[in-house]
Amino acid sequence: MNEPLLQVTDLTKNFKVQGGIVRAVDGVSISVQAGETLGLVGESGCGKSTLGALMVRLIDADEGRVAFEGRNITNLSRTALRPIRQHMQIIFQDPFASLNPRSTVERTLAEPFLVHGIGTPTERKTWGKELLQRVGLRPEHASRYPHEFSGGQRQRVAIARALALRPKLIVCDEPVSALDVSIQAQVLNLLKDLKSEFGLSYIFITHDFSVLGNVAQRIAVMYLGRIVELAERTKLWRRPLHPYTQLLFSAVPVPDPHAVKDRRRVAALADPPSPLDPPSGCHFHTRCPLKESICTQRAPPLREVEPGHRVACHMVG
Amino acid sequence: MPAPLLELRDLRTQFSTQEGVVSAVDGISLRIENGQTLAVVGESGCGKSVMARSILQLIPTPPGKIVGGEVLYQGADLLKRNAEQMCDIRGKEISMIFQEPMTSLNPVLTVGDQVAEIILEHEKIDRKNARARVLELFSLVNIPAAGKRVREYPHQLSGGMRQRVMIAISLACRPKLLIADEPTTALDVTIQAQILDLITRLKEELGMGVLLITHDLGVVAEVAQHVVVMYAGRKVEEAPVEPLFDEPLHPYTRGLLDCVPRLDAFEQAEPDRLRTVEGLVPSLADMPPGCSFAPRCPVSVDRCRWQKPEIKEVRPGHLVACFVAQGEGLDS
Repeated sequence: MNEPLLQVTDLTKNFKVQGGIVRAVDGVSISVQAGETLGLVGESGCGKSTLGALMVRLIDADEGRVAFEGRNITNLSRTALRPIRQHMQIIFQDPFASLNPRSTVERTLAEPFLVHGIGTPTERKTWGKELLQRVGLRPEHASRYPHEFSGGQRQRVAIARALALRPKLIVCDEPVSALDVSIQAQVLNLLKDLKSEFGLSYIFITHDFSVLGNVAQRIAVMYLGRIVELAERTKLWRRPLHPYTQLLFSAVPVPDPHAVKDRRRVAALADPPSPLDPPSGCHFHTRCPLKESICTQRAPPLREVEPGHRVACHMVG
Repeated sequence: MPAPLLELRDLRTQFSTQEGVVSAVDGISLRIENGQTLAVVGESGCGKSVMARSILQLIPTPPGKIVGGEVLYQGADLLKRNAEQMCDIRGKEISMIFQEPMTSLNPVLTVGDQVAEIILEHEKIDRKNARARVLELFSLVNIPAAGKRVREYPHQLSGGMRQRVMIAISLACRPKLLIADEPTTALDVTIQAQILDLITRLKEELGMGVLLITHDLGVVAEVAQHVVVMYAGRKVEEAPVEPLFDEPLHPYTRGLLDCVPRLDAFEQAEPDRLRTVEGLVPSLADMPPGCSFAPRCPVSVDRCRWQKPEIKEVRPGHLVACFVAQGEGLDS
């Protein structure tokens, strides 16, 4: 296998909050191959957004290592990191919060070039207009402010900004969750087109499993800071091994009244635990139908049960 | 035949905005029977929430105003009731739950007191008995360790537990109709599944009617018997749930169903592109003269651009507001 584009090893991140410490990411190792879309899925508080931010060093890990194209970037200073930053961009859920309301789109799109000292003012203007067309907006939109756009259009501006420096990797953190379904489909298609046009890799973070069916090659399922299952998209779908993955799949509402009647929903035995006080051993044991005594004592390692399919469960395999 | 539990006839709600008066709800008619779940589905700004709030007259006035139509609850028009009479209806006859349980609950009162409050408001009952009722309600909505939970404040509960408290409040006086406005949109998917199951079970046990407002066609398929699709303030299609999903007639409904990501895509090595509905919802202040969907419609004909289609029954129980679907697409 080729050297991965991005590789993180044993990443851990703790946050001090009122009432204690939350271990948002707990010893996660994962890689992204060039040209791949890696899906990170899980519910609120599972650490997926923190992991995404750690992977591109938007925040610093307490422990662990980040390597980009084989180079250890864990301890690089801000200045030393800057040239690498060109290659790693991020798109957030709420484009209203991630765009400066007092900047025209033109200024917003010129900023990445300014920061990295690329081009003349005229060139930056031209590039900005080209970027707008790339993402399905019109050049004359350049003089507008974010509030003059709809949510879907704002997300297109955020995508254009992320694309500006021709990155190799874009972290997409819930990029379509705030959008209406008809707009969501437009933006997902756009991301897909840009990926093949520019040979991008994505880390696609979402709480919505169904979105990943169309975009991800591999999917990592997270629960309370840990990856509980990792597999290729089709494999994960055909044979989800972790009881939490099964629960997540069965909970997705399906837009088909006939399918609803045929389906037996996996019961979640209890409410999700607090991240402040995660259960001992396997974090999922409080909600797990397969629980045995070992599950309360020892955390199961993420082990490969068949080629490319990893699962962290004492009861599987 | 007895009057339906709730019937809206040509309801119209307008808002005055900087851009002039806009019709957020532009002539909606629908009915709900006892024990039935009716889903109203549509995207942001289609007027579904304004319609739901208009039923209980929860529209901020000004800028909003109900300008026409009837809201018939068991045959009597609620729009003719005064403010005091409406207070007796809200929470007792018709209850409502909202998307964000944190902002609907009072942060400085314990959740037990908040449930007791509505019982004390509507019934002649003492505090002690009210408290016992609260415990019953908590177990009805599957809140574990109810005795401890009643003394907690909203911030101590998870999102799913808060929504259960809201449901307990809404059911406290055994309403005949529950209006649920995006009740699971703020919740995680595993919790959403529990809350949807809960609403369905309670509807069956208590024989309530449920009006469910949602943007999520998956949620509609899970819980509704009957569906109304709204677009730009109007009802564009109405049908029982199975024909609506099997044979959607309005091009907007078809478009919406097409662009939902399907789990089938997980089976495909190279998933197809998602189909989309091109363009944007028109601004309420600048509506096209004909069918409001015409500018985005793949099958529109000349007539659609200047004439508004009325909603008509084209098959038993299946109504659609589209000239083409009504077989009237030929330009006359």
